[in-house]
Amino acid sequence: MSIWIYIAVMAIVTYLIRVIPFALFRKKISSKFIRSFLHYVPYGVLSAMTMPAIFYSTGNIATSSVGTAVALILAYFDLPLIVVALAAAASAFVSGLFLGVG
Amino acid sequence: MKSDFLKGTAAGIPIALGYLSVSFGFGIMAQGAGISVFEAFMISLTNLTSAGQAQGVGIIAAGGTLLEMAAVQLIINIRYALMALSLSQKLDDRFTFPKRLIAAYGITDEIFAVCSTEKGKITPNYMYGIIAISTLGWVTGTLLGAAAGEILPSSITAALGIVLYGMFLAIIIPPAKKEKSILFVVVIAALLSVLCKYVVPFLSGGFAMILCALTATLLGALLFPEEEEDDT
Repeated sequence: MSIWIYIAVMAIVTYLIRVIPFALFRKKISSKFIRSFLHYVPYGVLSAMTMPAIFYSTGNIATSSVGTAVALILAYFDLPLIVVALAAAASAFVSGLFLGVG
Repeated sequence: MKSDFLKGTAAGIPIALGYLSVSFGFGIMAQGAGISVFEAFMISLTNLTSAGQAQGVGIIAAGGTLLEMAAVQLIINIRYALMALSLSQKLDDRFTFPKRLIAAYGITDEIFAVCSTEKGKITPNYMYGIIAISTLGWVTGTLLGAAAGEILPSSITAALGIVLYGMFLAIIIPPAKKEKSILFVVVIAALLSVLCKYVVPFLSGGFAMILCALTATLLGALLFPEEEEDDT
């Protein structure tokens, strides 16, 4: 089978998932419960995506933990996203040098 | 109008940098699965999603059926439907139907995170700006990874694996500090997710993530139904 058919199926399914709720839903939701629910969705999703995956993100739990700790501290002090993100990677890299892992 | 686009572009820079490193890995992976540089580029351009693409490449390499491909993409990416619904409540009046059709293309975890935690309404140009630079990072990284393979030493590419997660923490920690309800949702989702990973490891990652996020969010909405300030 042509790879382009696979790619088309992937792309169409993924786009439909995004566009149907986004384009067709135009009304303001009045239910307080649903509005609260939608308000919390990003935090639930991002937290579940990050934990525990972040501890495996560099392929080494020790360097990932260093990066995670640095990110948590900097995020706690409200530093900008890019600073937190790059400092996490830099500290994971440097701790990798010290620990002798790749 | 134009400054909204630039504002979006600026907000998207950390996303684009994160994508550059993640999609670099995807490019290497696609090439390993026998997919050409151009095909890998097209997959990234038309899908703009990490987990779905990685699974998709596996299915292509294994010669899976189209039904399997559609089902896997549906399960892994169904979280975007939730995000799209949530974002639909934050859209500015300038978001006409055609503009929604365009911007829907760019609803990813990271773009959603930045848009949904932005103060006030989201304008089309702001969202276009984020999507444009993020997509640029995503396809550029794919091209570089697929074409050049292992130029960067593995110590650097490995460390870059944490970039997007670091950004996620930077998004959720400050509001969790201010609102007890958000802290609750964040902690419950994290605990459930850790539990899923070690207690029911056979659950697929995407599915487990949806389950944990939904449970934590539902609990949050049930226990703290009053937090609405950010939506206006």
